[in-house]
Amino acid sequence: MISFFIKRLLLLIPVFLAVSLVIFMIVHLVPGDPIDNLVQINSSPEQKAALAAKYGLDKPLYQQYAIWLGNALTGDLGDAIILRRPVSDLIAQNLPHSLSLGALALLFSTVVGIAAGTLAAIYKDSWIDRVTMTLILLGSTVPGFWLGLLLIMLFAVQLGWFPVSGARSWDALVLPVLTIGLGGVALVARVTRVAMMETARKDFVMMLHAKGVPPWQIELRHVLRHALLPVVTILSLRIGWILGGAVTVEFVFARPGLGSLLITSLNQRDYPVVQGALLMLAVAVMLGTLLGDIIQAAMDPRIRERIK
Amino acid sequence: MTAFAPIRTAIGSPRGGASAAVLVLVVTCALFAPLIAPYAYDIQNLPSANTQPGAAHWMGTDEFGRDLMSRIIYGARTSLTVAVTAISISVAAGLTLGAMAGYFGGWFDRAVTAVVDLTWSFPEILIALILIAIIGPGLESTMVAISIAYLAQFTRLTRAQIMALKNETYVEATTNLGAGHFHIIFRHLLPNALTPVIVAGMLATGDAIILEATLGFFGLGAQPPTPSWGAMMSSGTAQIFIAPWIIIFPGLAIAITVISINLFGDALIEALDIRNRLRSV
Repeated sequence: MISFFIKRLLLLIPVFLAVSLVIFMIVHLVPGDPIDNLVQINSSPEQKAALAAKYGLDKPLYQQYAIWLGNALTGDLGDAIILRRPVSDLIAQNLPHSLSLGALALLFSTVVGIAAGTLAAIYKDSWIDRVTMTLILLGSTVPGFWLGLLLIMLFAVQLGWFPVSGARSWDALVLPVLTIGLGGVALVARVTRVAMMETARKDFVMMLHAKGVPPWQIELRHVLRHALLPVVTILSLRIGWILGGAVTVEFVFARPGLGSLLITSLNQRDYPVVQGALLMLAVAVMLGTLLGDIIQAAMDPRIRERIK
Repeated sequence: MTAFAPIRTAIGSPRGGASAAVLVLVVTCALFAPLIAPYAYDIQNLPSANTQPGAAHWMGTDEFGRDLMSRIIYGARTSLTVAVTAISISVAAGLTLGAMAGYFGGWFDRAVTAVVDLTWSFPEILIALILIAIIGPGLESTMVAISIAYLAQFTRLTRAQIMALKNETYVEATTNLGAGHFHIIFRHLLPNALTPVIVAGMLATGDAIILEATLGFFGLGAQPPTPSWGAMMSSGTAQIFIAPWIIIFPGLAIAITVISINLFGDALIEALDIRNRLRSV
């Protein structure tokens, strides 16, 4: 298990290098000289040169990348142009909000999704199944930000149960978690339902029925357990997708977080912040996927074998 | 079997028929927006700003007094143009890359697979945002961002199809008859691999509509006064307490369009019996 973990971790290094290279290149691929984005209007060529030297923009590209990466790894992501604060401060301030939102949404999608999928599979073709499947279709096709806005209108504006926006109290988390979670619930429930129906046709299940094991015990203790494997697989593949949902939802609810930081700085063209936020989001997706792989490997020895 | 037979079967099913009808309506709105829309999309009328839905304005007006229904009808044009163009480019590029990688193998295949696997685990919205950061906001950037964000999916799918097909006996026979690589790829392999990729492309068009709306909502897509479903909702958030219809109706337009695309795609998958080929990826 430990060697599996180390191997998966080592595999992430080239991915991280490639992603960080793309993010580093943003500043150089944007039309115009990066210096022009930094200097004040009417600066003299000498001032420009001084600034270029200060930010290392006079060095060859590969050296600049190495310096940037080295700094980023030690927590120095440069200074925000508009907010005039270290990018790492901004990220440290916003990261906890994104983490709590992402983790809760993931938990919600997993628990509610498995429960809904199990119910739909056990009561196959009944009204429970049909209602669940309709909700799943809606949950997977309705745009996340619209769902968020509808929830705000209903529960915050009309009923006044939860705050409209911000992150001042814990109850401000409820609507954002629901918004991201429902898409995840739809995904998890669909996979659980299909996997349970496929497992229910296997020989060992027929054997259990023949032995006279109570049906609820077969469904919950045997079928569900087998059906969870594909669920964990799909969750580990789509963890990034749930984190991506957080980007949109933070912006809708005007919550602090990496997502709103990214969107705001993109609109202001504050590139150091854009780079920092993108890098952190990419790392979050990579670590999330790694976590999913590890849980999967812990559950299924065949996967541990495959990577050896 | 003609190419239209499965489409006819799909329309024949209740879900497929209903969703096809909705899609025809949306496409008609997009094509003939100036003829259908009761008002121009950009005429401001400040005295009647934020009017409730009623006889004069069936879906109400926005904060500048513009007729919301007209803007939604024109918005269909923006959404469909961006989504269909982006996905068509993505499908064409994915077919080419996937076919070459699957057929030739070797270092080219390894390079393509490495890039595809790299982008696969990242959510489309994050890839789109990285690209928007590079090329800047706007509708053209949105198209480019969407087409690149979905490229991995189509490349992967095509590659899997070609890998399965290239060892068939008829390919060997054609090779022995002296056919060149490009003849085999374009005349024999791709036509057989095409159907699942096109259906996947159709389903992705629904996702692309949502992605376009999301970027528009962030203020990074369509710029005012271009009517875009996402951007309309974004300006509606400021009026959420007094004019909720500015948010409700554009969202409804997106949801109905995307659900219809998914239902019709599903009916088409059933009619073509290709669920397994789509799942094999």
